[in-house]
Amino acid sequence: MSATTGSPVGAERAATTRPQRRRPTGGESSRAEAWRRRAPLMPALLFVIICTQIPFLLTIWYSLRSRNLLRPEGEQFVFLRNYLDIFVDSTFRAAALHSILITLGCVLAALVLGLGLAMLLDREFLGRGVVRTLLITPFLIMPVAGALLWSISMFDPTYGLVNWLIGTVGLDPVDWTSRFPLLSVIIALVWQWTPFMMLLLLAGLQSQGADVLEAAQMDGSTRGQTFLFITLPHLRFYIELSVLLGAIYVVNTFDQIYLMTAGGPGTASANLPFYIYQRAFLGFDIGQSSAMGVVTVIATIVIATFALRLIFTSINSKEQS
Amino acid sequence: MSALAAAPGTAAPGAVTPHRRPRGVVTGHLLSVLAWAAGLLFFAPVAWMVMTSFKQESQAASNPPTFFFTPTLEQYTSIIGSAAAGSYVLNSVLATGISTLLVLALAVPAAYAVSIRPVKRTQDVLFFVISTKMLPVVAVIMPIYVIAGQIRMLDHILTLIVLYTAMNLPIAIWMMRSFFLEVPAEVLEAASIDGASLLRTMRTVLLPMVAPGVAATALICVIFAWNEFFFALNLTAADAATVPIFLLSTMTSEGQFLARLSAASVLASLPVVLAGWIAQKQLVRGLSMGAVK
Repeated sequence: MSATTGSPVGAERAATTRPQRRRPTGGESSRAEAWRRRAPLMPALLFVIICTQIPFLLTIWYSLRSRNLLRPEGEQFVFLRNYLDIFVDSTFRAAALHSILITLGCVLAALVLGLGLAMLLDREFLGRGVVRTLLITPFLIMPVAGALLWSISMFDPTYGLVNWLIGTVGLDPVDWTSRFPLLSVIIALVWQWTPFMMLLLLAGLQSQGADVLEAAQMDGSTRGQTFLFITLPHLRFYIELSVLLGAIYVVNTFDQIYLMTAGGPGTASANLPFYIYQRAFLGFDIGQSSAMGVVTVIATIVIATFALRLIFTSINSKEQS
Repeated sequence: MSALAAAPGTAAPGAVTPHRRPRGVVTGHLLSVLAWAAGLLFFAPVAWMVMTSFKQESQAASNPPTFFFTPTLEQYTSIIGSAAAGSYVLNSVLATGISTLLVLALAVPAAYAVSIRPVKRTQDVLFFVISTKMLPVVAVIMPIYVIAGQIRMLDHILTLIVLYTAMNLPIAIWMMRSFFLEVPAEVLEAASIDGASLLRTMRTVLLPMVAPGVAATALICVIFAWNEFFFALNLTAADAATVPIFLLSTMTSEGQFLARLSAASVLASLPVVLAGWIAQKQLVRGLSMGAVK
């Protein structure tokens, strides 16, 4: 599958030279050799471990303790009580649900739109480069700027552009971010992430061999058949990759929630990252917010495992081809 | 399968456009129009932001919206002239620039050790490195906040530099690895037969060959560091605040601010937008961590 993306030169090299490079010769020198190989890796590896693993271990530690920065005297070991507390916390469950809704809604909508746009761009027409450039711009706009652009310039109930637009066809103005907070956030996110999906899928479409499409055409298959039986299977890797990578970024969405709805009204649009932030930095409840963080990590690992397996399948087949 | 293989250079737009049977001319035109319409629709909010940035405040927040007006540079001159904006920009430049350099200094040797002369269990190393990128940031913010407070590094630009380095390092290792794997074996063998030392091979043979890869990696790191908001919001205050925080500071509770906010947004987004426009191909590769070329 992924051989389609690798260069022929690289594949050939991998086949002929990788094995001998991989095995250091045995004996005393092999240990020295192993360390020589390891040396360039160590600084980066140590840096990553110090910056990510140590804080995460501390988060687990905090999550087993009761600690509130506003009440410094009450710190003690509480085992799993924080976890029990958050599971009976209906706001936490709602935030988890919102996370799922936002992620699913945004990723699916962006995928469908991105696929459509990629197919529109996978053909010659006047100004194709310009259209592509226009389309990727939402992804390049600073997310904070994009979120404020949507919440104020687009969705403001009195002078927002969206209400003016629906007013021209006779609809009454809507207070978007209050009445449809989740939808508003999802719209802003889809606007930002559709270009991401489109770029990856367009690369997939363009890596399709012209000879295969020609052969299909000569065999008399229709356009629809070619798409269904040749293009879609070829795109599968790109679709999976863009969905999983997109999901990993979108599930962590914070900027748009914080800036567009502040999780509101009430907690109607708080997702997990925002709710944890609220509990940590506005409620100063370190124990519970840490427990929520740990739970979020466990949930993310489920998605991430699929993503990693996919990426690894791709590099493995690439190296063995 | 390798019959389908596309050389890396051929992924450029238009290069491998499949030959298709001619469609009706009308359908073709319709699809082109549709593509243009979609492009303009997605760009419209950005265009509106740019338009708003050239308005007076009273025209920016008007009902109905103001479409025709005499453009003014008032917002831009007042932002560029203000000393406060300068300190935000300086912090962003420092955090982005130094963290990107650090990332490259750490990632290039590391990527070498998982590609050209791979360590044992290379796959495990790669798996571990990328898994850290997938951990939600909210899960580590509390200890980072507490530690930074204890060592008096809250609201210090160094804290952001370290965190942005950690944030981008996994992507950079993966990206640089995919570029190292493309270096033809003959080149490396020739160098080793010449008896060139490791460092010399690296400097004189390898690095020039992967220079485009280094540039692409740097671009991705710059984009993510420049746009980062969560750490900046929680770990900085008056001294180390970066450009995204400046955008928030333009919003005042009394009076109108939309034109000024729009101008600030345009200025804040401009570096990344321009870089991304120029390097569209590298963007794809970086966003997929090297998996899509």
